[in-house]
Amino acid sequence: MLSIRNIVKQYANHRALDNVSIEVEKGSIFGLLGPNGAGKTSLIRIINQITAPDHGEIFLNGEKLNPTHVSTIGYLPEERGLYKKMEIGEQMLYLAQLKGLSKSDATAKIKFWFEKMEIQSWWNKKVEDLSKGMQQKVQFIATVVHNPELIILDEPFSGFDPVNAQLITNEILELNNKGATIIFSTHRMESVEQLCDSIALIHKSKKILDGKVKDIRNLYRNNSYRIAFKGSINTPTNQMFSINNEKIEDGITHLTILIDPKFSVNDLLNFLIPQVQITELSEIIPSMNDIFIQNVKN
Amino acid sequence: MNKTLLIIKREYFSRVKKKSFLIMTFLVPMLIIGMYALIFALSMNGGDNIPTVEVIDESGIFEKAFDDKKAVNFEISELSLTEAKKKVINNEDAFVLYIPKDISIGGSIEMFAQKKAGLSVISTIERELNDQMRIKLLKDAGIDSETLDKIKPNLSVVSKELTVEGEKDSSSGAAMAVGFAAAILIYMSLFIYGIQVMRGIIEEKTSRIVEVVISSVKPFQLMMGKIIGIGLVGLTQFMLWIVLSASLMTLASTILFKDKIEQVKSEMPMNKQMEAVSTNGPGMDIVKAVQTVQWTYILPVFIIFFLGGYMLYSALFAAVGSAVESDTETQQFMLPITLPLLFTYIMSFSFIVNNPDSSLSFWLSIIPFTSPIAMMVRLPFGVPNWELALSIFLLIGGFIFTTWVASRIYRVGILMYGKKVSFKELGKWFMYKE
Repeated sequence: MLSIRNIVKQYANHRALDNVSIEVEKGSIFGLLGPNGAGKTSLIRIINQITAPDHGEIFLNGEKLNPTHVSTIGYLPEERGLYKKMEIGEQMLYLAQLKGLSKSDATAKIKFWFEKMEIQSWWNKKVEDLSKGMQQKVQFIATVVHNPELIILDEPFSGFDPVNAQLITNEILELNNKGATIIFSTHRMESVEQLCDSIALIHKSKKILDGKVKDIRNLYRNNSYRIAFKGSINTPTNQMFSINNEKIEDGITHLTILIDPKFSVNDLLNFLIPQVQITELSEIIPSMNDIFIQNVKN
Repeated sequence: MNKTLLIIKREYFSRVKKKSFLIMTFLVPMLIIGMYALIFALSMNGGDNIPTVEVIDESGIFEKAFDDKKAVNFEISELSLTEAKKKVINNEDAFVLYIPKDISIGGSIEMFAQKKAGLSVISTIERELNDQMRIKLLKDAGIDSETLDKIKPNLSVVSKELTVEGEKDSSSGAAMAVGFAAAILIYMSLFIYGIQVMRGIIEEKTSRIVEVVISSVKPFQLMMGKIIGIGLVGLTQFMLWIVLSASLMTLASTILFKDKIEQVKSEMPMNKQMEAVSTNGPGMDIVKAVQTVQWTYILPVFIIFFLGGYMLYSALFAAVGSAVESDTETQQFMLPITLPLLFTYIMSFSFIVNNPDSSLSFWLSIIPFTSPIAMMVRLPFGVPNWELALSIFLLIGGFIFTTWVASRIYRVGILMYGKKVSFKELGKWFMYKE
C-alpha cells in the first residue's frame, strides 16, 4: 500500500531522516514509534506532502506520491487546531472540501459522522466554545470525513480522557475493518500492542527496527519465565536458571526466572515437579515498551 | 485552483460577516458626511453664535447703511461712547463699533469688546465700512444711485486645463485633495489589510490548523488565498464606502440646497443654474469642486495602485506572520516593511507636493515599494501615461517578486515552532529547497 524508499531529509545542520525505508501493508495498522525528535513527524509530513524529501521516493498503491493522493490520505497532526472563531459545521465543510469533496457530499458525510459521535447539536457552535476533548473529536472527524484509504494519526490519544480514547480506538478499528490502512505514531506502547499489526522504530533519524509486532516480540524473547508454586525448592546446582524476582503471597512463591539457553522448559519442569506443586508457568514475552526502551537506550 | 478559490471564499466571508466589518462600512461614510456637513455648516454660518455689534455713529454717514451680514448683526446704538464702554466691561458678548465724527477726513474707527473679535467678523465689518464709504464718496462726487447699482462687478477666475483633447474644467484644489486622500487611504489600508494578513497567518500557525490545511493544499495556495481574500475584503469596503458616501452626499446636498436650487430654477435657464448656485454659498463651491474631479480616471488608478501595493506589502506581512508565533514578536520584522512606507508618506507630503515633476518624485512614483503612495500624490498634477504604465508594470513585477520571496519563507515558517527567528534564519529558509 505505502512504500517508503530510502528517504533522506536534511535540515540545515541536522539530518531528520537518514535513509529510511518502510513498507506498510494494505489494511494493516502500522505503528510508527520513536522517541521525541527521532524524525517521526518529519516522515509523516513527507508522506502528507507537506514537505518533500531530499532523496528517496514514496509510492502509494504503486503510484509515485503526487498531489492527487491528498484526497486519499487523512491526517491528524500531533498538534491539533481548528479555526477558533469559525462554526464547527462550516469548518468541517471547509476542511472536507479542501480534501476534494463536493459540498453536498461533504455535508452528508459530516452529518453522518456527527450523528455517529452524537454531536449533531454542535453544528453551529464555535470551536472556542468547546472543551479540548470535544475539539479533538471534531478534529478526528475532519481527519476521516473523506473516507481516506490511508489514515495517519500522530499521537491520536493525547488529550483524550479514557472514555474518549476508547471511543476513538473503536472508530480506528472500525475504519480498519472497512479496509482503511492506518499509520499511527505514539508513545503509548500498550496501545501499540493492542492495535498494531506492524511497527517501525525510528531513532536518531534512522530506522532501527521494523516488522510484525508478534515477530518482533518473539525475536526479543530471552527465555524469561514466570513460575508459581507451593512449597520450597533447592537452588539448582547446575546453573539451570537464575532468579530475577521473588515474591511470596498466601504461601505461593512467584518467581521470575531466566533459563540458561543450554536448558529447556522441560528440564525446568523435571527439576521442579519432584519438589513443589506448580500452579503457574508462563513465558514472559517482552512488551513493546521493554523493546522500545532496550533499543533506544543502546 | 479550485482549492485556492475555497480558501479565498473562507477568508473573504469570514471577515465580511464580522460585525466590525459592518460597523466600519457604515461608520466611515458617516464620518465623511459628518465632516462634510460640519465644513458646510461652518462656512454657511461662520460659527455658532453671530455677534451683535452696536454701532455708535457720530459721523452720521453710515446711519442707515448697515445690513445684517452672515457673520455679524449690526445694531445702531443710541448710547454715548462712555456708556457703551461700560456695557462692554459688564457683558463679555458685547461689541461696540465707534465711528468718530471726523471719519471722512481720515480718522480711525475703533471697536471695543472684552475679547478680540474673530478675523471674519473684523473683515466683514471692514468690507462693509469700505463699501459704504466708497458709495458715499462716489455719491459726493456726483454719481447717482442708479448708476451705482449698475456697477457691481462680480469676477472670478476659472482655471482650465489645456490638453490635446481640448479644454477641461479643473479645480486643482479638489483634485489635489482627492489625490492626497487617496494616498493616505492607500497608506493606511496597506497597514490595515497587511496586518490582517499577518494576524490571520499567526492565528493559523498558533492554532496549528495550518498543518491540517497544508496537508490538503500547497502552502503557496493557502498564502495566496489569504492575501487575495483579504484584498477583496478591502476592495469591497472601499466600494461600499464610495457608494454610500456618494449617495449620502447627494442626499445631503439635495436637502441642504433644495431651497436655493428651486429659487434659482425659477429665475434662470438650465445651463446657468449650476454656476448661479455655486456663487450662492461656499458650501456649494465644495460640491462643484468635487464634481470637477475626474473620478473615472482617479478611481481606476487608485484601485490599481491599492491592489498592487497591497499585494506587494501583504506578501511581506505574510512572511513575517509565518516567522513568528505572536503579535509581540513581529516588531523586529516590521521595520523593513514600515520604513519604506513611512518614508514615502513623509516624502509625499513634504517634497512631492511641492515638486511633483522633479526627478526624485518621478523615481518615488516608479519604484514599486514607494509608488502606490507617491503616484497618488503626483496624480492630480498630471502624470504622463507612459510613466503611469511603467509604474504599474513595475508594481506588478514587484509584487510577483515579493510574493515569490515571501512564499519561500512562508512554507518553512508556518511549520517552525518554538524557535527565536532572526533575519539570518529567514535567509536560510529562503534558500531551502522544496
